[in-house]
Amino acid sequence: MTGEYYDALWPDEQQTMPLQALAERSGLSEDEVLQLSEWGALAALAGGSGQQMFSVHSITVARTARRLRDDFELEPHGVAVLLAYLDRIRDLESQLRALKARLPR
Amino acid sequence: MKFKDYYAILGVERGASEDQIKKAYRRLARKYHPDVSKEPEAEARFKEMGEAYATLKDPEKRAAYDQLGQQRPGEEFRPPPEWSTQFGDAASGFDEMDLADLLAGLTGRRGPAGRRGPARAMRGQDYEISAPITLEDSFHGTHLNLDLTTTEFDEQGTPRRVPMIIKARIPKGATEGQSLRLPGQGGKGSSGGPAGDIYLNITLRPHRLYRASRHDLFLDLPLTPWEAALGASVEVPTLAGLVNLRVPPGTRTGHQLRLSGRGLAKPQGGAGDLYAIAQLVMPPELSERERGLLKELAAASTFNPRQHFH
Repeated sequence: MTGEYYDALWPDEQQTMPLQALAERSGLSEDEVLQLSEWGALAALAGGSGQQMFSVHSITVARTARRLRDDFELEPHGVAVLLAYLDRIRDLESQLRALKARLPR
Repeated sequence: MKFKDYYAILGVERGASEDQIKKAYRRLARKYHPDVSKEPEAEARFKEMGEAYATLKDPEKRAAYDQLGQQRPGEEFRPPPEWSTQFGDAASGFDEMDLADLLAGLTGRRGPAGRRGPARAMRGQDYEISAPITLEDSFHGTHLNLDLTTTEFDEQGTPRRVPMIIKARIPKGATEGQSLRLPGQGGKGSSGGPAGDIYLNITLRPHRLYRASRHDLFLDLPLTPWEAALGASVEVPTLAGLVNLRVPPGTRTGHQLRLSGRGLAKPQGGAGDLYAIAQLVMPPELSERERGLLKELAAASTFNPRQHFH
């Protein structure tokens, strides 16, 4: 196979994006982003300029939110609840994986 | 163009009501949505269902789809000739089009060119794809060729699916649950907008020897009872090759012997550890001499591992 390989980059935890960019890139409206932020599904950062800022990690969460909204036809509050459960499941799966790794086969 | 039976995909009759279609979709979405499902092939199944539902829930698209009649899934077919007037030049490419794109184009252009008003620079679409790698890939870093189907729009705003191969260089240390970004390798931007990104969701394939937990690795270490009792130096495989491990005297089953820095690399530098978990193993068959020596040990030893029962 020929062609150039591109470097896959680690997420830059310091990188932030404004509300408008997060909405545009996720397919959510700005209002939906703010609602999800209010309900704790997205973590807004303290911005100095008065502009609401989000960590670059928020894009993955916001894109998942948009998929859940569209595919299950959910209201933002339903999306926020489902995101919280998914987060909890991921956390439990990670703990289960860690425990299973310590068990002999 | 290949025919897809959207009714069969959703498991409804051709005369199903909107409500029946919605219920069927919701039932299947709950089972196969990739964000909530652990079913094998969930992602592919859901994509198919989403496409079927997008067509059948929209009366205009459904009517257009119904015009095609019922054919065998996967069978090649030509859309009705009158459809070509809807598409103009794009109709010449019917054969290369996907059925969903055809219906989307027939019932309303959705691409950037189809929008009203002055063209605004639009960023290309971001995509997320799953990137399964081996532990060796994670340890050394690797190159991946991943299939992705993107949607592009022609000048008339007609969508087309474009298969792509994403060539990604994965840094060492990528492990389960991490997301890596390929900047500018996603969908093309329009009217001067930048290209989107691709997010690679890393998953680790099971390994025949090691189990991973974040950047630590766990390995079962079979030991004979006398190695465990007396201590020994044994060869242990690591992802960088064999190393000698000192097994301390009195090692018990389940003891974790740590090989510092022999796990997976961490993105911030350093590496996880490799834990060898001691497993006492009896010989499958005892020779006469082994049996005799064990009998001698049994007679000489006062050790009672079940003392706490009393």
